[in-house]
Amino acid sequence: MKLCDHTALELAEMLRKRQCSAKEIYLDTLQRAKEKQDSINAYITFNDEAEKAAEAVDNMLADGKELTLIAGIPIAVKDNISTKGLRTTCASKMLSDYISPYDAFAVERLKSAGAVIIGKSNMDEFAMGSASDTGYYGAVRNPVNTSYSAGGSSGGSAASISYGGALLALGSDTGGSVRQPASLCGVVGFCPSYGAVSRYGLIAFASSLDRIGAIGRTVSDTFILHNIINVADPKDVTMSDIFCSFNLKGELKGVKVGVVKELFDCFMDDDVRSSVMAAIKLMEKNGAVIKEISIPSIRSAVNAYYIISSAEASSNLARYDGIRYGYRSDGSGSLAEMYRKSRSEGFGTEVKRRIMLGTFVLSEGFCDDYYKRAAALRRRLCAEFNEAFEQCDIIAAPVYPQAGIKLGESKDPIDVYSADVFTVPSSMAGLPSISIPCGKNKEGLPVGLQLIGNRFCDNMVFDAAYGYELVGGGIND
Amino acid sequence: MTELESVIGLEIHAELKTNTKIFCGCKNTFGEAPNSQICPVCMGLPGTLPRLNSKVCDFAVKMGHALNCRINKVSRMDRKNYFYPDLPKAYQISQSDIPICGKGSLDILVGEKIRTIGITRIHIEEDAGKLIHDADYRGTLCDLNRCGVPLIEIVTEPDLRSTEEVRVFLENIRSILRYIGISDCKMQEGSIRCDVNVSMHEKETPLGIRCELKNVNSFSAAVRGIEYEIKRQTAIIENNGHIERETRRWDDKKGISILMRNKENAQDYRFFPEPDLGTVILSDERIDSLKAEIPELPNQKIIRYVSEYGLNCSEAFLIADAPDKAELFEQCIVKSECLPRSAANRIVGEITKYLNDTGKSVWETKLTADELSKLCAAAEKGIVSSSGAKTVLAELIENGGKVEEIIERLGLAQNSDYEYLCKLADDVIANNQRSAEDFKNGKTNALSHLIGQAMKLSKGKADPQKVKEIILNKLKTEE
Repeated sequence: MKLCDHTALELAEMLRKRQCSAKEIYLDTLQRAKEKQDSINAYITFNDEAEKAAEAVDNMLADGKELTLIAGIPIAVKDNISTKGLRTTCASKMLSDYISPYDAFAVERLKSAGAVIIGKSNMDEFAMGSASDTGYYGAVRNPVNTSYSAGGSSGGSAASISYGGALLALGSDTGGSVRQPASLCGVVGFCPSYGAVSRYGLIAFASSLDRIGAIGRTVSDTFILHNIINVADPKDVTMSDIFCSFNLKGELKGVKVGVVKELFDCFMDDDVRSSVMAAIKLMEKNGAVIKEISIPSIRSAVNAYYIISSAEASSNLARYDGIRYGYRSDGSGSLAEMYRKSRSEGFGTEVKRRIMLGTFVLSEGFCDDYYKRAAALRRRLCAEFNEAFEQCDIIAAPVYPQAGIKLGESKDPIDVYSADVFTVPSSMAGLPSISIPCGKNKEGLPVGLQLIGNRFCDNMVFDAAYGYELVGGGIND
Repeated sequence: MTELESVIGLEIHAELKTNTKIFCGCKNTFGEAPNSQICPVCMGLPGTLPRLNSKVCDFAVKMGHALNCRINKVSRMDRKNYFYPDLPKAYQISQSDIPICGKGSLDILVGEKIRTIGITRIHIEEDAGKLIHDADYRGTLCDLNRCGVPLIEIVTEPDLRSTEEVRVFLENIRSILRYIGISDCKMQEGSIRCDVNVSMHEKETPLGIRCELKNVNSFSAAVRGIEYEIKRQTAIIENNGHIERETRRWDDKKGISILMRNKENAQDYRFFPEPDLGTVILSDERIDSLKAEIPELPNQKIIRYVSEYGLNCSEAFLIADAPDKAELFEQCIVKSECLPRSAANRIVGEITKYLNDTGKSVWETKLTADELSKLCAAAEKGIVSSSGAKTVLAELIENGGKVEEIIERLGLAQNSDYEYLCKLADDVIANNQRSAEDFKNGKTNALSHLIGQAMKLSKGKADPQKVKEIILNKLKTEE
């Protein structure tokens, strides 16, 4: 067993017992990452400064300094999170040579905690996609079976955790982009409450939905990373000031678990349904109280989501005009032509589709029918979630209707969007949720269980997931 | 056809003089080296987030109070989306549906009439950068220093009816902005700009189709632009044409407006709520305490000066326009040692000239209301001649001091003593018998010679007005 096959917590302890050095951990992980790069394509850029960071941790250990639990742990950072001096591409031709002059707040936190940022992980272009196959740098393959996708959009982050190319990773979740690839790669992915983690430096896709989430091999690994970034940042005014520190107990007894009947009426693979049902049964067996609940608007959330997220994206991505930074088309004549050519050539198909959709739904004459209706539905959904959480503590649901996404098959975008039905509702309501492995399908592809909590009850989500993991959930052998 | 009337509405943008920009900590300054006052936030770099400077809200609320606006305790920031190289995010953070200040009004004095101009709204927004077309460089340069400079936009109802009203209204707005200390209003720095909406209609009929005039960079340009627009639209209507809803660009050098956009290719800004900022919430306490900071405003002062002290509109405006002059004037009135009219004359005359020449404010000179009142009173009583008073005033402004001492020191006292003047008149008439005879024989200019001799004899100290009266009297009684 190599160092990179341990959990982050195990390595943290080994470091303290001097059973290994941070540099050894880093080199071991880097070797694995590079071995698998051709087959998995989890990374866009490796960080040349990482070795120095690992050495610095070793020096601090030698000096007897007190370290955080993630000190010396190799961490992958999704390539839409700004890193000073290390290019941040959003997997887009548009930003293929963009180097941010500043660190994202979450990256600042990682650096000051002594984390070793191993590299920038591959993703869907501007985080738009479900299979990490829309980016300029090619698709991310699933380490469990390379003819399948790692999921998306944080596919590189989830895949690297799965195969040992990183111990922990930061992803971003707008409509399921942390949870879904975690589910497909068989790892744990947490999407915090909106406002629990600063978005400063996360390159915006849909500002009212975007969140930075932690990915790890276990609930506790994921939890220690989340704890580092769950800190107030005055630069993000949409942050809440609610921060509750807590320890994982894993108590399932008396936890009221809601099962939303509208979600289980949705299409999903039989293997997915049976795995999720089995997980819920296991929680019940260990003292959880299962309650069927109803959230009438929950299935419309996906329609409203694609309107709101695309609307915000059309505005957020308008700044990529080829003028100040990023891709600029050669030989363009007029200003309008330069805009048109640079954007036509710099963006991929999926991004252009969303920009056009978003522009349309905000246009005069259509805004009332689309954007404003979607915003109204979002408010209704939030109210229904509020009611639901009066009856239960946690909602259990699938993450994705399928256990695997075959790469290379052409798919109707509408079908791809519809498959986000399970992850999008909590995104729209700003709720915390986690994906934790709960089984495999017939081909051995992982299936995830999603646990959703009330706003700012991130601790309850972690605790329920930890409880489930303790009683034998998860597929980490 | 009955006479056409012009209907005008304004959108005035004023830069606010907060210390820092609206959404980041960069300094809000003018005239620095290009792209030296910028950070990732105001450059709109990927991943950055705005933070609203609360001073901007305070300033906007103050203007709202000054224009009697309803203050919205909850307002919202929105994105206005459009592409332009000076707008690095490709959207301007502004306010659309719910501005910080709602309806209000401003009373202005035009000619002899008080006109009430409706205010539609005041909202806050960020300024864009500046494009520079440099002759030495083939292409366009972009200076982002101005990105994120806070602005308020004041929108009026279509209540203005003439260029004169527009001029007076804009002057009042500028005075108010200065009075409440929220904007420098330096036209040449572009810190106040406006867009103008003009339409024509026959009185008592519905309003006509309006055209919007953009790129109006000074008040005088606004007046010229509107005059041009009125002529242009009138000509179209008189030739039985129809006015189209258009946005036109004013070219002040050429003195013409040029079509920018018509109805078909109108801009769609695709407004939607800014997701990176929360709603703007103002407490009652904050709104009230800002209201308490609003002094009596120039438009109110102008009306008061005209009605209470008998000044004319332009004198009243000249004094009320600047807080320092208004303060000086009002302190003189409180002392009531001199007539308001004499104080006003000095302020509108020599004092304003001095301030204009030096660029100073009253507060930067040595002049006090105490001494100005004394000087005016002395001049009223003839203790000092009018030219002597000018000398004293210049001394007060430059070096300060007491009026009596300066008169004494510079020997400017004027003798108004009746007995002294009678004796003086007798001496002059006795020594200039020929002139006295000439006068009696109908040569009226002989009087000036006699007065001149009296002034000479008194070494300039005699009150010329009184000397004239006494000599005249004596010559007539001698007949």
